[in-house]
Amino acid sequence: MKYIDEFREGDLARAIAGAIAREAAGSRSYDLMEFCGGHTHAISRYGIADLLPGNVRMIHGPGCPVCVLPIGRIDNAIELAQRPGLILATYADTVRVPASKSMSLLKAKARGADVRMVYSSADALRIAQENPDREVVFFAIGFETTTPPTAVAIRQARALGLTNFSVFCNHVLTPSAITNILESPEVRELGTVPLDGFIGPAHVSTVIGSQPYEFFAEEFGKPVVIAGFEPLDVMQAILMLVRQLNDGRAEVENEFTRAVTRDGNVKAKALIAEVFELRDSFEWRGLGEVPYSALRIRPAFREFDAEARYRIEYRSVPDNKACECGAILRGVKKPTDCKVFGTVCTPENPIGSCMVSSEGACAAHYTYGRFKDVPIVPGEASAAGPSQGARSSPSGGGAAATGASLVAQP
Amino acid sequence: MSKVREGYVRPVDFKHGRIDMSHGSGGRAMAQLIDELFLREFDNDWLRAGNDFSSMAMPPGRLVMATDSHVVSPLFFPGGDIGCLAVHGTLNDVAMSGARPLYLAATFVLEEGFPLADLRRIVASMANAAREAGVPIVTGDTKVVERGKGDGVFITTTGVGCVPEGVVIAGDRARPGDAILVSGTLGDHGVAIMSLRENLTFETTIESDTAALHDLVARMIDAVPEIHCLRDPTRGGLATTLNELATQSRCGMMIRENDLPVKPQVAAACEFLGLDPLYVANEGKLVAILPGEHADSLLAAMRAHPLGRDAARIGTVHDDPHGFVQMETAFGGRRNVDWLTGEQLPRIC
Repeated sequence: MKYIDEFREGDLARAIAGAIAREAAGSRSYDLMEFCGGHTHAISRYGIADLLPGNVRMIHGPGCPVCVLPIGRIDNAIELAQRPGLILATYADTVRVPASKSMSLLKAKARGADVRMVYSSADALRIAQENPDREVVFFAIGFETTTPPTAVAIRQARALGLTNFSVFCNHVLTPSAITNILESPEVRELGTVPLDGFIGPAHVSTVIGSQPYEFFAEEFGKPVVIAGFEPLDVMQAILMLVRQLNDGRAEVENEFTRAVTRDGNVKAKALIAEVFELRDSFEWRGLGEVPYSALRIRPAFREFDAEARYRIEYRSVPDNKACECGAILRGVKKPTDCKVFGTVCTPENPIGSCMVSSEGACAAHYTYGRFKDVPIVPGEASAAGPSQGARSSPSGGGAAATGASLVAQP
Repeated sequence: MSKVREGYVRPVDFKHGRIDMSHGSGGRAMAQLIDELFLREFDNDWLRAGNDFSSMAMPPGRLVMATDSHVVSPLFFPGGDIGCLAVHGTLNDVAMSGARPLYLAATFVLEEGFPLADLRRIVASMANAAREAGVPIVTGDTKVVERGKGDGVFITTTGVGCVPEGVVIAGDRARPGDAILVSGTLGDHGVAIMSLRENLTFETTIESDTAALHDLVARMIDAVPEIHCLRDPTRGGLATTLNELATQSRCGMMIRENDLPVKPQVAAACEFLGLDPLYVANEGKLVAILPGEHADSLLAAMRAHPLGRDAARIGTVHDDPHGFVQMETAFGGRRNVDWLTGEQLPRIC
């Protein structure tokens, strides 16, 4: 694939890995947080951590839109979907997120709710046009990347005179979440979470630009490098962060120059401002109530606001006590620090939201990096050496056990 | 004055007619449908005998039996339809034991209101696929369910075959040191289907790879009788099949991303749908696991067959009590290739 393969080139990756290893050769450690789930996914899927020296550590941030959605909001979506005759259009990632009472949108669908998975807000609008006698609600989630398309859908719905379409708005803002992490006691006062720099969002930054991050660099003295979602982007950004830290700099640098400018997408930002306004506060899973961190639909577009239309009441619901998603989303804990990781909580039966989306830290580690948690890390070299003893008495083997219940012969 | 010929029965209206409840009632309408459609298309001595069973002679060797239900949506897709898929799917399951498939049975669950023109097209496609494979459909059944209680047509096929003496191929026989081969490009069928699914309309030139693999299997066994495992990576794709085999054989596998054959169009479609070709279904591909020293001979034999033209050696089996399937990424890292979770869901950003 032209313009994609170039950013996944193995030889170049090894060259950058060599540069990182050379330049991070000192005794200090480099604790870097990738804010975005897209970066978390790329790091896990391409095995980027394997290419980094031991003192360069990646901390997974809260930038997974599905993961930060609080249970209460999923409960609201399920209540909507269960209204007779209503169609709930949603991005596919949200359907398996566990809600209260062991429910999820997928389970609600199995019980008769009309939940449709869509790729974009435009698909939701089309469903509304095709079903004029049904109420259609678009379950809008995501950061600044998915916000402009929601604004477009609302404007189009007005232009088309649609009266059966509305949006349950859960759009959240990246900069406020980063501020929240940097101001958290673990980072600021206790120093229990070493956080030396950020890999800044890719797609979000195409909309908001690089300018909003300048505040973090100045106020908190943390370098930020905005990077694309391809693995070479991530490698290059890590190298740039290592260089900034070595030089004692704390600046906003842009690795993703092919898509991100300082001002971002002016038109998209204007659209957001036209349709949405700031909420005073919004609950994030893992971060709790974060002031001015989310958007709601402006009164001028009230007829498309599902919260007003269906008088949705928000009730906060605490996470499962055993679940460490909150600490993991703040970078305080690793997935393997959670007692239920890989046992009670698996992608098949997620307890916490980090295990649901492939962008979640737990799902990414479970799916791609589990082999690192066991003593055996086999390679081609050991392939030739058969060891019947080990084979005939498999020692536990989490994967084998999980797998056995799933074997589905075609 | 009537001019109707004596004994005239008005033929089934395959142009405008639709399935109604009488086609499953056991009465004359059902008999006529069987006669004018299934018997005419599948035509052979066993069906003509008109029994509720068929009796066949079996050659020596071990009997192999497999069954498969087909519920694909849409029913017609680029490169095939539910009819040929129902034949290929079961033939391939039988063939993955190393057997020569001999006979097929077919069961149709039809939904009231289903157009007879579509049914005829599907049955003709099945007949054609069975003829090309040289395996007759010797018995069958038809049921009709009320409108809204089916999805047009479901087809279940069952196949029997015979494994020659000395051939032992099974999912628990992979051993450390074995080589892992695939017979061709991955993900073609799944992407062809997905291109037609609701909400996902995009244009593609990708066709389903649906095909009967038993001839390829026969050539492979001729070349290398020592093959340990064969399996067709259908639902869940290559990743799922390798995890099944690793679990059954209690060993680990290491594949190399750079060696996986994927068509550029499939890779591109997967890229923008947020899918991984490793998990996308195939209907005309197989995975072979065999002692490493025979890998080159088998690869040559596969590439000499039209259905194995793009065959590739993709990895190695090793000792690992955890049964992990791992991959060396093209990027130089390493990761698990895990079981598929639920349906493969697209990512949103």
